[in-house]
Amino acid sequence: MTVLFIVFPLAVLLSGLAALAFIWATGRGQFDDLDTPAVRLLCDDLSEGCTKTASQRNGEKP
Amino acid sequence: MTASATVSAPRESSPELRGAFGGAAACAHCGLPVPDEPDLGQEPHFCCSACGLAYSVIHEAGLGAYYLHRGQADGSAKTRGTGRSYAEYDDPAFAARHVETTPNGARIELFLEGLHCTACVWLVERLGRVVPGVESARLDLGRSALDVRFDPKRVTPSAVARGLDGLGYPPHPSGAARREGEERGERRLWLRLGVAGALAGNVMLMALALYSGAARDPAYAGMFRWGSFLLSSVSVFYSGSVFLRGAVAALRTRTPHMDLPVSIGILAGFTRSAWNTVFSRGEIYFDSISVLIFLLLVGRWLQLRHQRGAARTLDLIAALAPRAARRVDGESLVEVPAETLAAGDVVEVGADERVPVDGVILSGRTSVDSSWLTGESLPEERAPGDRVYAGTHNTSRAIRIRVEVAGSETRLGRLMQSVEAAQSRRAPIVRLADRVAGRFVVGVLVSSALTFVVWCFLDSSRALDNAVALLVVTCPCALGMATPLAVSAALRRAARAGIFFKGGEFLEALARPGIIAFDKTGTLTEGRLGLASFMGESSIVPLLRAAEGRSPHPIGRALHAALTATAELRADEVEELPGAGVIARVAGRDVRVGSAEHVHDAGANGSAWWRTELTRQASLGRPAVACSVDGNVRAVAAFNDPLRGDAVRSLDALRALGYRVALLSGDHELVVKSLEPELGELVTAQGGMSPEDKLAWVEAARAEGPVVVVGDGVNDAAAMSAANVAIAVHGGAEASLVAADVFTTEPGVGKVLEAVVGARRALGVIRRGIGFSLAYNLIGAVLCMGGWISPLVAAVMMPLSSLTVVTQALRARTFDAPKPRKALA
Repeated sequence: MTVLFIVFPLAVLLSGLAALAFIWATGRGQFDDLDTPAVRLLCDDLSEGCTKTASQRNGEKP
Repeated sequence: MTASATVSAPRESSPELRGAFGGAAACAHCGLPVPDEPDLGQEPHFCCSACGLAYSVIHEAGLGAYYLHRGQADGSAKTRGTGRSYAEYDDPAFAARHVETTPNGARIELFLEGLHCTACVWLVERLGRVVPGVESARLDLGRSALDVRFDPKRVTPSAVARGLDGLGYPPHPSGAARREGEERGERRLWLRLGVAGALAGNVMLMALALYSGAARDPAYAGMFRWGSFLLSSVSVFYSGSVFLRGAVAALRTRTPHMDLPVSIGILAGFTRSAWNTVFSRGEIYFDSISVLIFLLLVGRWLQLRHQRGAARTLDLIAALAPRAARRVDGESLVEVPAETLAAGDVVEVGADERVPVDGVILSGRTSVDSSWLTGESLPEERAPGDRVYAGTHNTSRAIRIRVEVAGSETRLGRLMQSVEAAQSRRAPIVRLADRVAGRFVVGVLVSSALTFVVWCFLDSSRALDNAVALLVVTCPCALGMATPLAVSAALRRAARAGIFFKGGEFLEALARPGIIAFDKTGTLTEGRLGLASFMGESSIVPLLRAAEGRSPHPIGRALHAALTATAELRADEVEELPGAGVIARVAGRDVRVGSAEHVHDAGANGSAWWRTELTRQASLGRPAVACSVDGNVRAVAAFNDPLRGDAVRSLDALRALGYRVALLSGDHELVVKSLEPELGELVTAQGGMSPEDKLAWVEAARAEGPVVVVGDGVNDAAAMSAANVAIAVHGGAEASLVAADVFTTEPGVGKVLEAVVGARRALGVIRRGIGFSLAYNLIGAVLCMGGWISPLVAAVMMPLSSLTVVTQALRARTFDAPKPRKALA
């Protein structure tokens, strides 16, 4: 179990890196708006092709 | 700020509009029924030209997928533009305040009306396709705020605004008050929370290793103990510094605060554990401490988040206030920011618009509703030469005004400043949890000292350990979480019900029965004229309806709306005599509606019964008109500002809860007296009160107990700032929103009742949470005093007690079903 003497500081180091990444992301404002990105994701794959079907559908059934 | 807000919730539905034209075809853009019989050959149908325009703009930009993505339009969206020019956005003064220059161009933040769904995000963020020169548009749905970056050489701010308006989202400048400081504060708390969470997880893993056997080997034990010492010191002095600083402040100001017992527990546990780590002996509590800090921060963060929700909604409502004025430049009208107007400028104010400045009427006669400013519910006639004030409502005709003062120098602006000053002077409310904390600290310190002394005699080697264990175990994790969690859950539920609290302490303050003082106009009453009585021959009703059909005057509109006729007639000629009445020719007959002189001048004859009736109505404080046909007075119609449908029932419900109701009105004494019998038992019912009178009354009443002031006008703002809790109802003036601690997005007393009932339930939840956590602490204290506790027991008990409190706080029903109004009816 002596491996713990290496793994333990390594683990602490890794979580330290994760904390740094978290601090960086917070500083960039990535956690400021927690609502919109969830909605934005749903829209991303709407393309021009979608547009056509949409207007057709609207033409038929307003 | 010069003009006042016409407050409207950004996402409200309009069922009354939908109901009005049942069965007709639906508008292809907004989903509302199309009012006129649609031309069946032509599809799609639109309910108005603005929708048609928005539809074509969206399709021309190749963004038709909006309609697909939006799903079935149900008419709940107000996706309609205004068609304004937004010329004031190009004014240098506007640009200086709202447009920010960036290295790559410019950016502007705009609040949007009418956002309601996923498809809106999609559509709005593709603004660049509709308005060339817009580089990016990012929407924050929570705040309804759009961040637009554009190239100022290719596109003007007004074109950006027109583009958004064309899509059906009228924009409003977000105002100078970008809450930079608050945002930074929230980010800092979020960082502390995240770091505390990571540390707590790691320290717990190390504690697990120690509990499960690593402690037996001194080498491993030392490593884990030192590891958790290092990590938890970051937790205590970085993440936990919030509590330490709060405790220092509490000591300095000698006010009890929750942070004090929390800090004592944290520091006692940490110091003892650090000591034991350094000397490799005894127990350590690092795991308990770091989890405690994390959980407490979660509670704080949740509360802050929901509190900010109310602030954001308020920002949005404030931004909806019209800030543009139409200045007359020679022959043309130019839209300019209202605050750039100077004395001597001439502005035009259209019918149904707010007056943006204090000034004198140059041309045009109209009636002006100053209910926000003075509480006077009836509109008054204004003619050239008369003075009008910013914030009043021009109800009937367009007028031109010579500006005397604009911006913060107006009567409205000065009132706003005094309200803001009063707000900053208000004493903070001491919360229940903080009061409990004060006694709690004493109890814990005394019992800890007692434990130490008693164990000194029994077994001196364990005395210090047991005393410290007591401090750690009684560290009020659950107590510290009980309030923030219950409050944040209640705020969330309240916001969903359309009630916004600016802070959790107002939940507690509102829950204590006291006097609730209501303003009359717009709170208990509808805030507009309705027909109170109609005395005379009903056969002339069709004639009157026709005569008043297109009247811009409030009385004319009330009369037209209240009368129902089987046959619709058309008026051939209509002449409005400002200040007197209407002369119309309907079906060849001479119809006059107006004052006694007006109809009498026309040679009215017959008995004087109608004069008696007019006098009688005037003595009741009601404006009344005589109606004559072909020179004979045939009817007298009287008007009042009717009580809201739910007013009496809600007041009764409030009285049943132990509150006493008072009526403080700026309106005429007679009007107030005429309402009094309907309203039931009142502490007082006073009319003709100036803002100073109201303030004095509230201050006097506060000597006896808590006072809640409900209002909507500028004239209530001073009294609201003096009250324990101030509630602004929907449709209120900006000043009342500034002064308010609680505001609602629906008009009327029903929401006030809901707020009170919800607040009482929330206080119950807070009390139960505090009770639970005190019980746990008591058990812990007894265990420590008996010497039966170990860090493991402490580590298990703490989350267990927190879990109880969290569950009961989050599951409790406060502002939602069962609907308070139904439950009480």
